Amino acid sequence: MNANTTSAQPPLLQVAHITVRFGGLTAIDDVSFDVHAGELLGLIGPNGAGKTTMLRSITGVVRAQQGSVRLQGEALDGLAIERRIRRGLALSQQLVKPLRHLSLLENVALAAGSAKTASPLGSLLHRSEHDEQARALELLRSVGIAERADQLPGTQPLGVLKRLEMARALALAPRVLLLDEPLAGLNSKEAHALAETIAGINRGGVTIVLIEHNLGEVMRICRRLVVLDNGRKIGDGEPRAVMNDPAVRAAYLGNDSVAASAADAQNQETAHA
Amino acid sequence: MDYEISLLTTIAISVLFALSLNLITGFCGQISLGHAAFLGVGAYTSAMLSQAGWPFLATLPVAMLLAAALGCIVGLASLRVRADFLAVTTMGVGFLFIGVVRQQEWLGGEMGLSGFPGSGLDKPAFLALALGLAVLTALLCLYIRRTWMGRVFGGIAEDEDTMRVLGIDVPRYKLAAFAIGTALAGLAGALYAQHFKFIGPDSFGFVESVTVLSMVVVGGIGSVFWVAVAAALLSALPGWFQFIGDYKLLVYGGLLFLMMRFAPGGLAGIVQSWRKPKPAAASAPAGAVAKGVQP
Repeated sequence: MNANTTSAQPPLLQVAHITVRFGGLTAIDDVSFDVHAGELLGLIGPNGAGKTTMLRSITGVVRAQQGSVRLQGEALDGLAIERRIRRGLALSQQLVKPLRHLSLLENVALAAGSAKTASPLGSLLHRSEHDEQARALELLRSVGIAERADQLPGTQPLGVLKRLEMARALALAPRVLLLDEPLAGLNSKEAHALAETIAGINRGGVTIVLIEHNLGEVMRICRRLVVLDNGRKIGDGEPRAVMNDPAVRAAYLGNDSVAASAADAQNQETAHA
Repeated sequence: MDYEISLLTTIAISVLFALSLNLITGFCGQISLGHAAFLGVGAYTSAMLSQAGWPFLATLPVAMLLAAALGCIVGLASLRVRADFLAVTTMGVGFLFIGVVRQQEWLGGEMGLSGFPGSGLDKPAFLALALGLAVLTALLCLYIRRTWMGRVFGGIAEDEDTMRVLGIDVPRYKLAAFAIGTALAGLAGALYAQHFKFIGPDSFGFVESVTVLSMVVVGGIGSVFWVAVAAALLSALPGWFQFIGDYKLLVYGGLLFLMMRFAPGGLAGIVQSWRKPKPAAASAPAGAVAKGVQP
C-alpha cells in the first residue's frame, strides 16, 4: 500500500480534483495534475478551456467548490492570494501591471524585499533597500533588461514589461512560478526570445507552470503538457505523445491542423537536435 | 504678541492634523472625508480626562489610543470598500460622530465643553509643545516614507491588487495606515481642545473634514513638506481675511475643486513641473496623484 515508491519524489504542487462552478456553468470539472520539482509544465487548451480559471483557483483568486491545492504537501485551500504567495507561489500576470511610479529596478526590488514586508511593524523597522536592489539588478539581467533598470515602466514596450513582470515574480524566490500567457501580444521573434528566457530560468532550477496559447513555443520548451478542454483534463504527458493523441487533436480548435503542425514542428526539431 | 503666538499655535495644530490625514490619503491612497471625527475623539478624550483631574500631558497618549481604536474600526470598513465608496463611508463616520456627541449630556451635548482645567503651560510653552509635536510628526512621516512600509503604502495607493500578487497583506497595511494617521489626529485633537479651551460637536464637523482634505490636496497629496506649507497657509488665512472665516466651506470647497481640476499634484506638483518641465506631461497629473509627489 505504499503509494510513493522510493524513486518518485512527492510532487511540489498538487492539484487534486478541482471543480469550479460559476452559477450553473462548470468552468473546471474535477481536474487533477501534479507538478514536480524542476519541471517546466505547459498548461494548454483551446480558448475557454478553463486554463485561466485553473490558474486562478491555484492562486486563490477563484474559490474552488471542490478539490484541493497543495504546495509541498501543505494545503493552500481557503488562503487568500497574498498568503499563497508567501507560501511559495509567484504569478506573472497576463496583463502586465508594473507600479508606474517606480523604476523597473524599484519594481523588482519591492518584490525582492518580501521578507521585510511580511508585517507592517517589521516593514517600519527596515529602511535599506541596498541588498534588494542588488538582487533586483541581477534578476533584470537574467531576463535581459538590466540596461533599462533606472527607467520608468510607462515608456517601455510590451516585451520589456513582460520581462519585468517575470523578474518581479522571480524576486519572490518562488517554489513554483506561474506564468499566465507571457508570450501573448509579442511578435514571433520576441516570443521566441522570451520562451528561451523562460527555458533558461527553468534550467536555473525554478519550477514553472506555463499557460500559453503559442503552441509552437510551448512544444519547443516544455517537457510535459497538461491539456484542458471544456474544463476537463484530456491530456497529460510528454508533448509529442499528448499532441498525437486523437482526443487532443479533435478538441484542439475543432480540427487537428494546428496540433498536428505543432507536433510535426517538434518532430523536426528533435530530428535536427 | 499674544495674537501671533495664538495664531502660530493654531498653525502648528493644523499642520499636525493635515499630516495625519496625508499619511492615510497621501501615503496609502485611502480617501477620508470624516477625518475631523478623530480630531474630535482626541479633543473630547483630553478634555474629559483633564476635567477628571489628569495632567494634560498624560491625556495625550490616551487621546491617541482612543482615536486610533476608532480609526481601526473605520479602517476595517476600508478593507471592504474602495475609493468613492470609502469616501462616502468615512463621511458617514464623521456625521455619526457629531450625531452621537450631540446626544450625550456627559459630553456637553449641543453646548460642548468648556472650562476644563488648563495644561499648566503658559502660551509660549504651549506653542513650543505644539510646534515640537508638529515637527516630530513631520519627521515621523518622512521616516515612514523611507522605510519599507512607505514603499508598500505607495504601492497600495497605486494598485492594491498588484501588491497582493506580490504577497503583501494589503488589509493589515491599510489598518496600520489608519491606526497611525488617526492616532496623530487624536494628538492634534488634544492640543486643539487645550488651545481653544472650548470644544463642541460643530468643531469637528464636515466643514473641518473638508478643510483638512483641502490642505492635503492643495499641498500635493503625499508630499510632507508641501502639505505642511499648505496647512500653515490655509489655517492662517481665516485670521488674516475675515471673509474667509465667514465663507469657509465655499473657499475650501472651491480650492479643492480648482486644485483637483487644474493641478491635481497640488503645490508640490506645480513646483516640480517648474523645476523640470517634462516631455511626458500627458501622464504626469494622474501619476502625481497616485504616486504622492515627492517634495
